Amino acid sequence: MLITILRRILYALPIALAVSLFCFALVHIAPGDPINAILPPDAPADVVDAVRKTYGLDKPLPVQFGIWLWKVLQGDLGKSLATGRDIWPDLSGALQNTLTLALAAAMIGFPIGIVLGSLAGAFRGTWIDRACVGTAVAGVSVPHYWLGMVMVVIFSVTLNWLPSMGASQDGSGGWSLDWEHLQHLVLPAITLSVIPMGIVTRTLRGIIGEILGQDFITTLRGKGLRRPGVVVHVIKNAAPQALSVMGLQLGYLMGGSILVETVFAWPGTGLLLNNAIFQRDIPVLQSTILVLAMFFVALNLAVDMAQSLIDPRMRRA
Amino acid sequence: MSEIASTAPSGLIQAPARAPAGYWSGVFKRLKRDRLTLICAGILLVMLIMILAAPLIAPHSPYQGSMIRRLKPIGFPGYPLGTDELGRDMVTRLIYGGRLSWLLGITPVVMAFVIGGLLGIIAGFAGGWLGMLIMRVTDVFYAFPSVLLAVAISGALGAGIFNAILSLTLVFIPPIIRVAETVTTSVRVLDYVESARASGASVFTIVRVHVLPNVLGPIFVYATNLISVAMILASGLSFLGLGTKPPEAEWGLMLNTLRTAIYNQPLVAMLPGLCIFVTSICFNLVSDGLRGAMDVRS
Amino acid sequence: MSGDLVKVRDLAVRFVSRDRTVHAVRGVDFDLAAGEVLCILGESGSGKSVTLRALMRLNPAARTLMEGTVQVAGRDVVAASEREMEEIRGSLVSMVFQEPMTALDPVFTIGQQIGETVMRHEGLSKAEARKRALELLDLVQIPSAERRLAAYPHELSGGLRQRAMIAIALSCRPKLLLADEPTTALDATVQIQILLLLRRLQQELGMGVIFVTHDLGVAGEIADRIAVMYAGRFVEEGSVREVMRKARHPYTQGLLGATVHEGMRGKRLVTIAGAPPNLETPPGGMPPDICAFAPRCERADAACEQGVPALDGAFGTHRARCIHQIAEAVTC
Repeated sequence: MLITILRRILYALPIALAVSLFCFALVHIAPGDPINAILPPDAPADVVDAVRKTYGLDKPLPVQFGIWLWKVLQGDLGKSLATGRDIWPDLSGALQNTLTLALAAAMIGFPIGIVLGSLAGAFRGTWIDRACVGTAVAGVSVPHYWLGMVMVVIFSVTLNWLPSMGASQDGSGGWSLDWEHLQHLVLPAITLSVIPMGIVTRTLRGIIGEILGQDFITTLRGKGLRRPGVVVHVIKNAAPQALSVMGLQLGYLMGGSILVETVFAWPGTGLLLNNAIFQRDIPVLQSTILVLAMFFVALNLAVDMAQSLIDPRMRRA
Repeated sequence: MSEIASTAPSGLIQAPARAPAGYWSGVFKRLKRDRLTLICAGILLVMLIMILAAPLIAPHSPYQGSMIRRLKPIGFPGYPLGTDELGRDMVTRLIYGGRLSWLLGITPVVMAFVIGGLLGIIAGFAGGWLGMLIMRVTDVFYAFPSVLLAVAISGALGAGIFNAILSLTLVFIPPIIRVAETVTTSVRVLDYVESARASGASVFTIVRVHVLPNVLGPIFVYATNLISVAMILASGLSFLGLGTKPPEAEWGLMLNTLRTAIYNQPLVAMLPGLCIFVTSICFNLVSDGLRGAMDVRS
Repeated sequence: MSGDLVKVRDLAVRFVSRDRTVHAVRGVDFDLAAGEVLCILGESGSGKSVTLRALMRLNPAARTLMEGTVQVAGRDVVAASEREMEEIRGSLVSMVFQEPMTALDPVFTIGQQIGETVMRHEGLSKAEARKRALELLDLVQIPSAERRLAAYPHELSGGLRQRAMIAIALSCRPKLLLADEPTTALDATVQIQILLLLRRLQQELGMGVIFVTHDLGVAGEIADRIAVMYAGRFVEEGSVREVMRKARHPYTQGLLGATVHEGMRGKRLVTIAGAPPNLETPPGGMPPDICAFAPRCERADAACEQGVPALDGAFGTHRARCIHQIAEAVTC
């Protein structure tokens, strides 16, 4: 058991290293001298040289990567070009907001997806199946940034029920569990939830359909188990796969909310990224992507471990 | 869009046993009975013809606007779908916008199909350190949610059609490699491939005769599924200002520039997104239909 | 031949889907006395497994059409409500399946899978169920039973898995055990062990057993009576001795000729030419019902295409569905 966990961690480490290498390379694939990505174009020549030295940009690339990685590991993500402030404090605040939004979307999308997917899997080939699958296909096919705008038009502009911008009335960025803040969360969370809803539906339909087609279901019926008894077996068989899909989806929600955050001006990592792109603030872009990708790697690891914990077939294999 | 990792669909992983002689006629027969797929394919065909014939059928110029007829509503005389924030005809802009949106959505998938398919088949067939290397690099790209990867690359490279296509291609190569590798591996160990190998057929012959015919179908179906994701993602990049630049017409970009109009002309402002939605859902359903028709077991 | 345990009359099972209908079973009659072992012998697709499942109404409910009379211990299986069937399954009748790897739930332990059956039917507590499960593992001769209770199916060998499957089937002391090719997926040495176990348990517990197989050797080993099935019908029925020694139906004789057994050294194996018929309704509707074996039969003539021959003969309980029955004994 312990060995399994250690092996998974060992396997995740090189991935994490490669991910940071990729993020490091982002500065270098940006057109022009990387120094332009760090300094404003009108910086005087002596400043350019000084910065080049402090960032080690005069050294060979592998050394530069080492220096950069060392700083990152110590929590030093550098400074923003646009604001001149340290990146980490802004980024951590944004991360919290993005996590809030992602969790809210997951709490809407996952249960609906589970119900629709189970129904579709259990009633394959019937109109129930078609209705659930239709909803799922619509969910994964809808451009969610457009859906966000449609929601704003209906619920903010026309009905004037819910706010369309930001995370709170005063824009302080702080968050607490009250209606004042929740009402800002509703539209973006629903908008963001349609994709995981669709994907969880599709996946669960496949999983449930496959399980119900297996021989042991006949055995269970042959033992005289009633429907609830059989359902327990189906759930326990479906859980590992379903869990892993939902874990990954949570990661995609974190990394994929940039469009929805832009539409709703939600002060998360997506908005941070969007501003960074707009201002060509490469250090912020790099740091945000690094942190999100690392979060995703960690989440993958956690899902992997959870899966091997609850699936006896993997536990002792 | 986050779907690309999770829908490496179980139905595709098992390669069909060698396609019998009447396989393709069977596929077409099943497709012909599938009305939903036919309707969607029809819609896509009409769209394709319209965007190809854009200069012939568009009633106005896609760039020429007029300040005095900005943001006219749907049904305005001479402008059946209204005008945009610069007074340009929406019908024209939507038709022209389809050209770039389709280009941005389909090109990366086609390129990823070729590159990813090739790498995946090599990885699956050769195995060994080469296959290992390809798959481990693929794993690294899997560590990024697809939207994030596209935004990261485009964001670093800067806006532009070429950069957008490049970044989207890079996004779609890894999942195609995975599907291609899985399918190829499953075909490679099949008895008839083993026996071809044992009877001394060259690697080239085995790949051409046994592997490719069985592997290309599933990869192709998977790629058609990605087109839907790619359309949304490509327009999304433009929406963020990372794809096309104004004054080009592109659905995502139009959606972005019309955002300010949602208070005055919400219906007009929603049109480009509706186009993306319809295209995306049609590609999705056609892909599902294809998969169903090509799945011998069903 | 009293039908005090099982009575089947005119059983027909069809599988109906949107674009096709498969006539899997087309009129089967038989009886089974308590403590008797009947072996249904046939190729794959002959309808033997479907017949077996029909006795428990285990064929997929949504697309199965079942007609005729099926009575198990006086209970009407065709007319029973789903509720009643759930009561009967696992307690009065239970089944052992062909492939124990897939027939057992991979994520539940052996102990749980035995326990839930007795808890379901006899309302035992968890602790009592565990005790019963232990007894059952001993009964089917699984060594170190205590440890195996906590094992998952993939942790057991094929033979042990099938023993566990049998333990589940026997957990509520059924009067009728249905076995669907229970030895086919196993190694030859393990096959024999399982057969011996089944025969011993059948005698100890006095169960009626219906055993489906395509293996003549297995049938001869365990059965009191043999029924040979072809294209959805019984084509020959009799005691083991009668059928194995004096097969009257050309198909049965073909089966015997295609099997390797003692006393055949130096002789050529004979195979039956052709393939079993497709039981799907063809596009033009069902053709007139004739002897299904006629197209492959050496003895067939015009008379064979006049209708389905009746299952009978001048030999008492040994009956065959053929108008050109083989009178002389098969020498082997």
